[in-house]
Amino acid sequence: MLEVVRHDVLIVGGGGAGLRAAIAAVEADPRISVGLVSKVYPMRSHTVSAEGGAAAVARDDDSLEMHAKDTVKGSDFLADQDVVDYFVQEAARELTLLEHWGCPFSREPDGRVSVRAFGGMAAKRTWFAADKIGFHMLHTLFQHSMRFDRIVRYDEQFVTRLLVDGGAVRGVAALDVREGVVRVFLGRAVILTTGGAGKCFAFTTNGNIKTGDGMALAYRAGVPLKDMEFVQYHPTGLPGTGILITEAARGEGGTLKNSEGERFLVTRDYGVGQKAELGPRDMISRAIIQEMMAGRGIKGPYGEYVHLDLTHLGEKKIDERLPFVRLLSTTYAGVDPVHQPIPIRPVVHYMMGGVDVDIDGRTLLPGLYAAGETACVSLNGANRLGSNSLTECLVFGARTGRHAVAYARGASDGDESRLRALGQEEAARIDALRGSRRGGERLAGIRHDMQHTMEQGCGVYREQPSMQETVRTLAQIRRRYAALALDDRSKVFNTELIAALELGNMLDVAEAVANAAVARKESRGAHTCFDFPKRNDQEYLHHSLVWFGEAGPRVDKKAVTITRFQPEERKY
Amino acid sequence: MSELPKKTFVITRFDPDKDQVPKTQTYEIECRPDWKVLDAINFIKDEVDPTLSHRWSCRMAVCGSCGMNVNGEPKLTCKTSLAEYGDVVEIEPLANFPIVRDLVVDFESFMEKFRSVKPWIIRAKEKAPEEGTCSQSPEELEAFRHFSMCINCMLCYAACPVVANAPEFLGPAAIALGHRYNLDSRDEGAAERNEIFRGEGTIFECSYANECSEVCPKNVDPAAAINQAKLLAVLDWAKGLVLPRKGGS
Repeated sequence: MLEVVRHDVLIVGGGGAGLRAAIAAVEADPRISVGLVSKVYPMRSHTVSAEGGAAAVARDDDSLEMHAKDTVKGSDFLADQDVVDYFVQEAARELTLLEHWGCPFSREPDGRVSVRAFGGMAAKRTWFAADKIGFHMLHTLFQHSMRFDRIVRYDEQFVTRLLVDGGAVRGVAALDVREGVVRVFLGRAVILTTGGAGKCFAFTTNGNIKTGDGMALAYRAGVPLKDMEFVQYHPTGLPGTGILITEAARGEGGTLKNSEGERFLVTRDYGVGQKAELGPRDMISRAIIQEMMAGRGIKGPYGEYVHLDLTHLGEKKIDERLPFVRLLSTTYAGVDPVHQPIPIRPVVHYMMGGVDVDIDGRTLLPGLYAAGETACVSLNGANRLGSNSLTECLVFGARTGRHAVAYARGASDGDESRLRALGQEEAARIDALRGSRRGGERLAGIRHDMQHTMEQGCGVYREQPSMQETVRTLAQIRRRYAALALDDRSKVFNTELIAALELGNMLDVAEAVANAAVARKESRGAHTCFDFPKRNDQEYLHHSLVWFGEAGPRVDKKAVTITRFQPEERKY
Repeated sequence: MSELPKKTFVITRFDPDKDQVPKTQTYEIECRPDWKVLDAINFIKDEVDPTLSHRWSCRMAVCGSCGMNVNGEPKLTCKTSLAEYGDVVEIEPLANFPIVRDLVVDFESFMEKFRSVKPWIIRAKEKAPEEGTCSQSPEELEAFRHFSMCINCMLCYAACPVVANAPEFLGPAAIALGHRYNLDSRDEGAAERNEIFRGEGTIFECSYANECSEVCPKNVDPAAAINQAKLLAVLDWAKGLVLPRKGGS
């Protein structure tokens, strides 16, 4: 007999956005109970890996207008400006709450929270905790959430399906990783906060768990994904592993140098002007690739790289401000940044796109909400500024949590027997997949081929032939996925089964990315095409929507909200 | 390309559906010289034996998922170089926890201990966000900062001789966490936590073995936290004898 668990609101994913949404939900209404369902223990969520900081206006030399303008310009004018206005206005309040809850922010001698410079930001407004803000933010939120008995955690429960009845979401089906059984979780509102999908690519900063689960859940339920073609390549990842070296390294004064020791962002025109290393991520990543194409990269065992030089900062500053960078560089690249430059190359880091939601986190499917990297609320447009995403998790996690509660109060439970039947169907699907030999295709091989074709077609620089080739290859890979051969028949902690389900999710997301990329015949933000090198506001100043279809994805458009900042040439 | 050196991995296998007790399985694979222990396990999982179960995610020593016993010592496998080991490497699940399957352990008991120390800021009157941030000097931050660096990897529980004999012992990471909040200038909950610390199975069970601090991959030094917590809990108790407790009933 299928076990059924009931809460008012369900949150899928226990990272920054999910935990913030959970806290906001229980604070919004003393009668509301929240089920927090996560495929990992919340402190393992990938928020943990964020390093540099979180943005909010904090000083007299700064203003909300400046933060808004930087964000809109950084987005290459594809951010929705009403969303940006709300974001900059709430940012400091949210970071202040995080501070009250115990986050160990770095401090000035007078006791104020310190702020640092970040890429594309005109003033110092990035609050930080040395170079481990994500770790501290996640642990602070997780520990604070434990105060509330009405936040009930379901750890290591992998949500595989949204349960839709009568045109609204009424719950989810989740596989208990430890026991191998499927359970039905009923809730009148469901918030997706599962993070991004960097693992669709071979070379990424993202952890193993970032497989686009929430995006795929919504997409399969008929909710469009928005602006999926915009994949952020962070300029500074360690070759081989893809481990992130934070932008704070440049915020603190680090410089980028080519094989000739030349500080190319200063000596050559890459459009970043005086900002140099503190230009926005899309532009810096392009500059690095251009240097490599011009033969000024450095060859290494894991491909070409350039240098991130911190040696002039001195040991004291590095240990105080960038201790994690030193540890990562020493442990994973064998280079001590106090004495030697760090080898780095652009690496897939963040999905600007995600589940299409409005400013309240609402999707077009009643009862379904999303926040954080899973969602696309259109704060980031075509290129996100570093340190805006952690604040986004807080600002829109909280707002979405409150709106989901308001919706849940007025919504009905749906027909339990029908929802239970959907859960049974899902249990049968998973039982049939576990240890099944549908053909001879190996999981790791399919995943490898997907990750490599995504890199081929959807890299820093793109062009129609290779993007179209990736679309075709993904369609073949989907057929191969149907012929998967799995070995593990055990119910208990079957990570092969989990990986197979995750691969299915990633294939959905990858197809959405590649199809949206083919459809955008211009260069904007992180989507840069050799064959269409200019931004084209006449034809493409709009969001892309990708809809799931049995015959393949369908790409559509949606208007962008422009209020006070009119599109202009993006030059720094 | 020259052939890579081979290493033999002796890995604990246990599937409660089939096995009465854990057994070992041996895998011989070629290893790149820059691999971490986790890279080898992931290679085995992907290319040799997909039925092997283990936890991992960030592979950058911060999510805390991939703790295992390597040649008998608790290690964060994504941070531990294979080059430190010889031709044979033994990998077992973290000691002192029940095994769920293969290299996966059950740490629900830890999650309960963790919550029991009230790991959140306690104040008589909560500050409103409109009042701005709390003032905290760099020195006040420094007083607790390194105790806030715990990634909950549980290596310290696997190393702790007290946990080995008395699994209900509150243990290093949970005590360090409670102590971290006691030392935070923004917190007013030390009296509540000290009362917990003075209970049975907590700080006074610690036998000063220092194993926890030796295996900690983040240099949190839980042994120091426990020693400091003992002193503060005793002082707080003594103070309570002479002075009535603030706001207490």
